Amino acid sequence: MSEQSLSEKSPVSEKIPVTVLTGYLGAGKTTLLNRILSEPHGKRYAVIVNEFGEIGIDNDLVVGVDEEVFEMNNGCICCTVRGDLVRILDGLMRRKGKFDAIIVETTGLADPAPVAQTFFIDENVGRKTKLDAVVTVADAKWLNERLKDAPEAKNQIAFADVILINKTDLVSPEELSDIEARIRGINPYAKLHKTERAKVPLDAVLGRNAFDLDRILDLEPDFLGGDDHDHGHGGLKHYHDEEMQSIALRTDKPLDPDKFLPWVQDLVQKEGPNILRCKGILAFKDDDQRFVFQGVHMILDGDHQRPWKAGEKRDSRIVFIGRNLPGKMITDGFESCIAK
Amino acid sequence: MAASGSDTVSVVERTRPLTIGGGIVAAHFLGRTAAFILGEEAIVLAAPDGESRRIAAHGGAILATAADGARIVSGGDDGKLVATDANGETRVVASDPKHRWIDHVALGPDGAVAWSAGKTAYVQAKESNSQSNKQSNREPRAFEAPSTVGGLAFFPKGFRLAIAHYNGATLWFPNAAGAAPERLEWKGSHLGAAVSPDGRFLVTTMQEPMLHGWRLVDRQHMRMSGYAARVMSLSWSASGEWLATSGAAQLVLWPFQSKDGPMGKTPRLLTPSGHRIDVVACHPRTDVIAAGYNNGLVLLARIEDGAEILAKTPGDVPVTALAWSGDGRLLAWGTESGEAGIIDLG
Repeated sequence: MSEQSLSEKSPVSEKIPVTVLTGYLGAGKTTLLNRILSEPHGKRYAVIVNEFGEIGIDNDLVVGVDEEVFEMNNGCICCTVRGDLVRILDGLMRRKGKFDAIIVETTGLADPAPVAQTFFIDENVGRKTKLDAVVTVADAKWLNERLKDAPEAKNQIAFADVILINKTDLVSPEELSDIEARIRGINPYAKLHKTERAKVPLDAVLGRNAFDLDRILDLEPDFLGGDDHDHGHGGLKHYHDEEMQSIALRTDKPLDPDKFLPWVQDLVQKEGPNILRCKGILAFKDDDQRFVFQGVHMILDGDHQRPWKAGEKRDSRIVFIGRNLPGKMITDGFESCIAK
Repeated sequence: MAASGSDTVSVVERTRPLTIGGGIVAAHFLGRTAAFILGEEAIVLAAPDGESRRIAAHGGAILATAADGARIVSGGDDGKLVATDANGETRVVASDPKHRWIDHVALGPDGAVAWSAGKTAYVQAKESNSQSNKQSNREPRAFEAPSTVGGLAFFPKGFRLAIAHYNGATLWFPNAAGAAPERLEWKGSHLGAAVSPDGRFLVTTMQEPMLHGWRLVDRQHMRMSGYAARVMSLSWSASGEWLATSGAAQLVLWPFQSKDGPMGKTPRLLTPSGHRIDVVACHPRTDVIAAGYNNGLVLLARIEDGAEILAKTPGDVPVTALAWSGDGRLLAWGTESGEAGIIDLG
């Protein structure tokens, strides 16, 4: 391999990680942000905020922005970017070396998807920075209400890689268990933490690599040890959100890449507005490499990851989280991709 | 690859290498002094005799620069608009009262300067006494764009500014009191602006890997697509007949000779390579273009016959800056990691 082609790829480690903090109004985003900034971790953070002035920390790397969601000219209504982030991240990266990571705090009503899509769509942003994780702060007392009346709150839960159920001191153990089950009904895959005043170890929210294709493998629901998907849920009640669900599919038969790749492309083209996120690990027929992919709405990103290990179970697993997903159509479509 | 043939003419041996000490984001010439703009804080001036010095210009990132041969104006994340001359004298032209980032700057034909902070675009006419170092007492005029300003460009004649933004661009005559700014519509996020030297066309770069253009007399649209990446660099050829663009693995030149501009025409493609061009700069006197690649290569290409000259061999890091001196004898290049050189073409 020539030196030139090596230098083409900028190593992942050199990219500055970006953590996105979401959460409905009053859930405790700013409390978490102040906690991150004030703990003695020796790291320097650049912070992009909307509600300027609420941060209690003196930091010249705090940038105030107006969230600007821009549609892309590709005929896809869900294909949006945060124009302000394209601009601000480019400016911040001129001061590379002055900080170790970037935190983006969104407004309470923000949709996380355009933020995530910015990293996939804008090559300039994607070359210098990488999305680390979407962290959603939920209010233990009020989330149930918000899930009924605020589609933004549900989006934020469905989209999250890490969820803090905050203000647990304001609810009873039964209420807490109920809200946890509600969250699991929408998003069984996020890492869940129960907190008071957003008190959480920082490594639970930072440095997660949740969008790193190499670490996409966390496809097991967070609270399950094995395959008992239809059973106890660790003692939790089992809620199904009527609108937002996740669909998990698995097969131990190899897939035909000539069928699977067109099928998944077509699926996200048609159902993209409803699919918030998807992820998968795939075993293709006659292929000794694991294939991994992830997606946000209509945008898919996938690659061969590494050879299957000796003795490793070669099965294919995919997960979709979305709104009113056509479960039978997706299941049937997936099964039709099994190699003959 | 086109540049690797042993017959390729090279001017690499005419390069004076420089160590700049910081990532370079742009380059300009002030007379025969090359100015390398760093990503933060400083401008490095390199005189023809090889002596270089670092000029402190901003308290943080330098976000945008423009130059007219006599001065550089730069906008920073410190909310300041700073003018720097060839002697290294700096002067704060404007400070944003809210310390907002100054994202874009432009210089006009008569010494006018424009800048933007967020959604607000400002212009300031030439100071009444250009010999004076004092701040002009002329207040800048402000225009509130419908979204954050994506780019600014003055028209070659008259006191008129093009402002790119979301869903189109606005043409603004700051001196025409009462005249409503003209809105040009096109869906999408417009991030850069360039007015043709004859003033008949406005071209914008978009968030998508494409350009959009308007023929201003009748607002005919022009869509220029086919790029691999967002177009970050535009340059008009000396004749004004070609618009050179970055964003593809070859130099894409759009023809603007006829009254229709590039409408219905295909671009001329030069210097095919396996690597992407990130920055372009047209020679000020002849139709020759310098193209900087993301693998560190710099080629000079003649439009007429596509002849190529090697100006910098490939390296590890992208070329981020190219500039010609006003007489076209010196070419300055800079890279993302702070390598730089000045080529004396004699």
